[in-house]
Amino acid sequence: MGTFKNHDTIILNEIEAPQIAKKALPGQFVILKANEMGERIPLTMADVDKKKGTITIIYMIVGKSTRLFSTLEVGEGFQDVVGPLGSPTHIEKRGTIVCVGGGTGTAVLHPITRGNFEAGNNVITILGARSRDYLILEEKMAAVSHEMKICTDDGSKGIHGFVTDALKEILDTQKVDEVIAIGPVPMMKFVSKLTKEYGVPTQVSLNPIMIDGTGMCGGCRVTIGGKTKFACVDGPEFDGHQVDYDNLINRLTAYRHEEERSEECMFEDENI
Amino acid sequence: MIRPKDMTKKERRQIPRQLMTERHPKQRNKYFDEVTLGYSLKEAQLEAARCIQCKDPQCIVGCPVSIDIPGFLEMIIDHKLEDAIGKVWESTALPAVCGRVCPQEIQCEAVCVVGKKAGREPVGIGNLEMFIADWARSNGVKNKVEIAPKTGRKVAVVGSGPAGVTVAGDLAIKGHDVTVFEAFHKAGGVLLYGIPEFRLSKDIVDYEIEGLRELGVKIECNSVIGRTYDIDELLDEYGYDAVFIGVGAGLPNFLNIPGEDLTGVFSANEYLTRANLMKAFDFPHYDTPIIPGKKVAILGAGNVAMDAARTALRLGAKSVKIIYRRSREEMPSRHIEIHHAEEEGVEFELLTSPLEFIGSSEGRLAGISCERMELGEPDEGGRRRPVPIKDSQFFIDCDLAIIAIGTKANPLLTNVTEGLELNEWGNIKADPKTGKTTKDRVWAGGDITLGQATVILAMGMGRDAANSIDEYLKSLGKKGKNEKN
Ligand SMILES: Cc1cc2nc3c(=O)[nH]c(=O)nc-3n(C[C@H](O)[C@H](O)[C@H](O)COP(=O)(O)OP(=O)(O)OC[C@H]3O[C@@H](n4cnc5c(N)ncnc54)[C@H](O)[C@@H]3O)c2cc1C
Ligand SMILES: Cc1cc2nc3c(=O)[nH]c(=O)nc-3n(C[C@H](O)[C@H](O)[C@H](O)COP(=O)(O)OP(=O)(O)OC[C@H]3O[C@@H](n4cnc5c(N)ncnc54)[C@H](O)[C@@H]3O)c2cc1C
Ligand code: FES
Repeated sequence: MGTFKNHDTIILNEIEAPQIAKKALPGQFVILKANEMGERIPLTMADVDKKKGTITIIYMIVGKSTRLFSTLEVGEGFQDVVGPLGSPTHIEKRGTIVCVGGGTGTAVLHPITRGNFEAGNNVITILGARSRDYLILEEKMAAVSHEMKICTDDGSKGIHGFVTDALKEILDTQKVDEVIAIGPVPMMKFVSKLTKEYGVPTQVSLNPIMIDGTGMCGGCRVTIGGKTKFACVDGPEFDGHQVDYDNLINRLTAYRHEEERSEECMFEDENI
Repeated sequence: MIRPKDMTKKERRQIPRQLMTERHPKQRNKYFDEVTLGYSLKEAQLEAARCIQCKDPQCIVGCPVSIDIPGFLEMIIDHKLEDAIGKVWESTALPAVCGRVCPQEIQCEAVCVVGKKAGREPVGIGNLEMFIADWARSNGVKNKVEIAPKTGRKVAVVGSGPAGVTVAGDLAIKGHDVTVFEAFHKAGGVLLYGIPEFRLSKDIVDYEIEGLRELGVKIECNSVIGRTYDIDELLDEYGYDAVFIGVGAGLPNFLNIPGEDLTGVFSANEYLTRANLMKAFDFPHYDTPIIPGKKVAILGAGNVAMDAARTALRLGAKSVKIIYRRSREEMPSRHIEIHHAEEEGVEFELLTSPLEFIGSSEGRLAGISCERMELGEPDEGGRRRPVPIKDSQFFIDCDLAIIAIGTKANPLLTNVTEGLELNEWGNIKADPKTGKTTKDRVWAGGDITLGQATVILAMGMGRDAANSIDEYLKSLGKKGKNEKN
């Protein structure tokens, strides 16, 4: 397993998992568990090397488990890695596709963007982040896009503004056949709201809390067009115009108190 | 006191059913230790002596795997404990599990003649099975089986529940090279992630899985068949000669009523998996969190509902209510579980049906709007159908709701496997005698074929399938030199 720390809160790991690499398709994810006591955490495969038999994950440190993951050294392994899970992205030649990535969502977006690029689509990419320090995979994304725009909330790089501003400009000036948006839930919500006004089909990738990733717990259920779906098997990608985002935001906060406690305990342990 | 061995038939008949020692309900409902402590040797011998060794033992017929019950009971009386456990092992590989979780009251004990007399109770067969299995485990007595010479044939077993474990053990003993593929990071199936510690200690499950490894069975966890590997890939690329599918019925049913997506509403599968497999009861020592719930409502009244209710109590709930739309008589759970739940403080809202989950302003569960029911005409199954009583709506205050209204077949594997015929509920069609499916070289058994059933039925089907697979492998002859591995 290789590790490089791109930014102190965004981590990239390359993991040896030949059978998963053999089967992986764009849009699919794995579930990892660091050790005996660990939680099962879903992360998308940002890259796959079928020859080397490795998969790459890119994640943001947001709590106890991702922090624990980030402390694993090269050569140390995750105790458990299972996958590939989820339905792969449906990729075909459609025309012009705008790929919108926010934060670590860009990692999830990369293999999908590449797939669309290789399928012969005209790919326009928009990357958004809080500031230039939080931008990831700029070069890799540029390599699989015909055009790329960067937006930062603080204006430290590219357009000073949100991804929706850049997207609106594109929608106003040319014909777009599909938008793929992956990032924080509010970003996907606003992108979908905008594209709905323009009648442009939009795919989003949802990240509800998961356990098994195989459809046996229903913890990952999301509301799509008024119907309940299990994101781990029916998704994680869904029609952005059908998603009940407020419900998802709500369900993501289910364990807020426990998560804080878990991370606090981690720091206490370290202080002993 | 005279030894049971020396008692007359009449004296034997007068022995009352021996009760197993149990932890006190008001203490045990705070921790996860096993509720029943088992028989002492003396209690076991007394209980075994209640069997009148009748000529035509119906208990054997009532047992789905035909354990020679009078036989092993007599050996307990004679203090030939090693022989007794040997006798049990002839028919079941998991007696410590079966003794604890089998519904004996509708199987062997239901037909026991001792219990037919008014005022008399049947012989405690399940308790005795548990006794003898626990004795063997704590004394390091192992099933001394002879493993047949290696046949060179490879079998893949999908799923490590009771069905898969039985197939794997049986085929390993017959000399085949067996690998079990399990989706989760730990083997055991429902015995591990579903049935809680206080009813079936996880040490027992681990011990049985270890026993499987000692027979030479390989266990590959983190392998979701249909994703990580496909059935055809196992058969054609990896050289398995046969595949057994025992993936259970893991897809939870929901009620499909408004508000079901609120935080605080769980499937029993999720709640129990968090608590058992992920050990969330030991949070934050273990990383997986669980919402403990102060006022908890359980929807449904089967074994799973009782397990969820008693788990919630142990996680610190102040009140736990079972909500069920029929009456007490129709509750599908085992009686002993209902009894244990009630003793521990679980309440029952019977003839009550949920209409809607109501959320707080923060989107968390605040309660359930319900209505009262009454029993009407019998339905096709003969059970009286519950019908709503007009204007009987009322509100149950709760911050956690657990839905335990059954599970069905998970389509994850069957959707991507060509040639496997399914029935109208999505279960795999398999020959009831052999477990053979419509797909060449593939067998199936347990909940994936039966729908949600029982541990012992899954094991019974596993045994039949193992025999059929063995026959098939033998028919292939010795592994040819030019065959792939
Ligand atoms: C299909 C899928 C793909 C994902 N891909 C990526 C990715 O490529 N890169 C990335 O940085 N993140 C990804 N995520 C999100 C990632 O799983 C969470 O950030 C991670 O679980 C947080 O765990 P933690 O213990 O560090 O934080 P915690 O303190 O436990 O939680 C922080 C937040 O993460 C979410 N979360 C917690 N536990 C889980 C769980 N078991 N499953 C899902 N979400 C949870 C909650 O919303 C919580 O508020 C993905 C999620 C899903 C469902
Ligand atoms: C909470 C609860 C309480 C119960 N109580 C009782 C009781 O008291 N008495 C009783 O007799 N029965 C009880 N049952 C029912 C009993 O547990 C089941 O009937 C029995 O476990 C079925 O065995 P199985 O081998 O068919 O499947 P399971 O035990 O369900 O095991 C299937 C295994 O396959 C794995 N799997 C699933 N899909 C895949 C895949 N694609 N690839 C690889 N692996 C996969 C699963 O992770 C699981 O480990 C209870 C069930 C539950 C949920
Ligand atoms: S994560 Fe359990 S059903 Fe999706």
